[in-house]
Amino acid sequence: MWQRFAPALPANPWNWMAVWRRNFLVWRKVALASVLGNLAEPMSSLFGLGFGLGMIIGGVEGTSYISFLAAGMVATSAMVSATFETIYAAYARMQTNCTWEAMLCTPLTLGDIVLGEVAWAASKALLAGTAITIVAVALGYAEWSSIPYALPAIALTGVTFASLAMVVSALAPSHDYFIFYQSLILTPMMYLSGTIFPMSQLPGSFQRIAALLPLSHSVDLIRPTMLGRPVDSVGLHVGALCIYAAVPFLVSAVLLRQRLMR
Amino acid sequence: MSTAAVDLFQVSKFYDDRVVVDALSFTVSPGECFGLLGPNGAGKSTLARLILGVASPDAGKICVLGEPVPARARLARRGIGVVPQFDNLDLQLTVRENLLVFGRYFAMSAAEVEAVTPSLLEFARLENKADARVAELSGGMKRRLTLARALINDPQLLVLDEPTTGLDPHGRHLIWERLRSLLGRGKTILLTTHFMEEAERLCDRLCVLEHGRKIAEGQPRALIEQQIGCQVIEIYGGNPHELLPLVRPQVQRAEVSGETLFCYVTDPEQVRLRLVNRTELRFLQRPPNLEDVFLRLTGREIKD
Repeated sequence: MWQRFAPALPANPWNWMAVWRRNFLVWRKVALASVLGNLAEPMSSLFGLGFGLGMIIGGVEGTSYISFLAAGMVATSAMVSATFETIYAAYARMQTNCTWEAMLCTPLTLGDIVLGEVAWAASKALLAGTAITIVAVALGYAEWSSIPYALPAIALTGVTFASLAMVVSALAPSHDYFIFYQSLILTPMMYLSGTIFPMSQLPGSFQRIAALLPLSHSVDLIRPTMLGRPVDSVGLHVGALCIYAAVPFLVSAVLLRQRLMR
Repeated sequence: MSTAAVDLFQVSKFYDDRVVVDALSFTVSPGECFGLLGPNGAGKSTLARLILGVASPDAGKICVLGEPVPARARLARRGIGVVPQFDNLDLQLTVRENLLVFGRYFAMSAAEVEAVTPSLLEFARLENKADARVAELSGGMKRRLTLARALINDPQLLVLDEPTTGLDPHGRHLIWERLRSLLGRGKTILLTTHFMEEAERLCDRLCVLEHGRKIAEGQPRALIEQQIGCQVIEIYGGNPHELLPLVRPQVQRAEVSGETLFCYVTDPEQVRLRLVNRTELRFLQRPPNLEDVFLRLTGREIKD
């Protein structure tokens, strides 16, 4: 039993770094375009909705709407960055470019490769989330002192959504299927998780479901941090995100083993 | 503990209900070039995956470089270099960066990779391309880089899956010459090919496969001598089924494959004389090769 699943698990705690560094080296060549491309959408949402709706709405939960929205955009951009890196870029490395196949012929295990890809996607999420945090701070929508506390929460959000997306990648017969994950899972989750409006606006039963979503836990960590308020139930949110990261990671590794190592 | 580089015992592999590898056994000794010869779909690439531990056998035992595979395949792969059937280089990276990235998969430091890079580039005849992006290289250069990359960990065993498929004759000869030099350095090579000339030139021994089964094994020359042992005339340009009865008395054996009549004869002139008036026919007289062995054993050509 153990022998069957050993190839799906990381061989040691450091092998994944070789995969991460490979992706970093490739990314470095297109870094500027990649950063601009990744930031354009959350920034335009932040300013478009923040100023536009902000004028109509006024304040939300004791702060300006744009300050409220900034944390939602940080969490959302981390979610989207990690997801897209996994379902498009990592999937292409697995399926189209056979990069994983080359790695599988080395002492790396499939688990090392998956962990390296998840860590890489989380790094891109951290970059995107941090950039928006810095912009929000620079414009006075968040506290400077919040940055060091926000970073781990953004990174954990990245790991969680990279792991979830890895399950989708493991199951998708082709990249045409990813649109379902985006439109049926991610977009509704963004609206339900209190990124754009407070979760308290949802009907009661929706609120209970929404509170279970991984993005809600991210928002509940990131928003109070950015607004310089105390965070409630840190352990619960961190624990929930860790479970949302660890279980899909293992599931994706087993599914990918079945897919690639038949 | 086995001293063989690769040892397969009664290995079978099924995909769904289809048998891809059928109770196959063979042994590759250290320093030898062993070929798996067969048409597409014979199970060659699956065998390469089984030996690397990327796929698991449904029955039988595999031992590679003294390690049981797939149980300890990760350890075995430390001593293996792989040239896959289709190039999977990092196209966006330079030649040098490809070697660096691959070396890291073997836990080599940047300094260790840099130390071996010049000799690998020289081996691959890519000294002038070190900083070129792989996307800019020709097919032959990419293939040679893939071979150089496979040597980054100074492997004892090289697994080459159709290393020259898709190359022009010049590129192919260059790869063959490089592989010869590796054999000269004492490397063990396991080579899959559907290319009989390649198998004949390089392999000390080979195993001919059809539908995952071994249909012959031995030294190329010995196999040809055993199975054929005479000259060959290929006749084409006419209806081979109509020609067959005409030449039958002169030949030891004849096979029809496609539009070609293969005649196995000790005295080829007799066949030519017999058909001297048939000006529409073309004759190709040649020594026997592995293609003939395969045709004899399976009744069909290996070319596809």
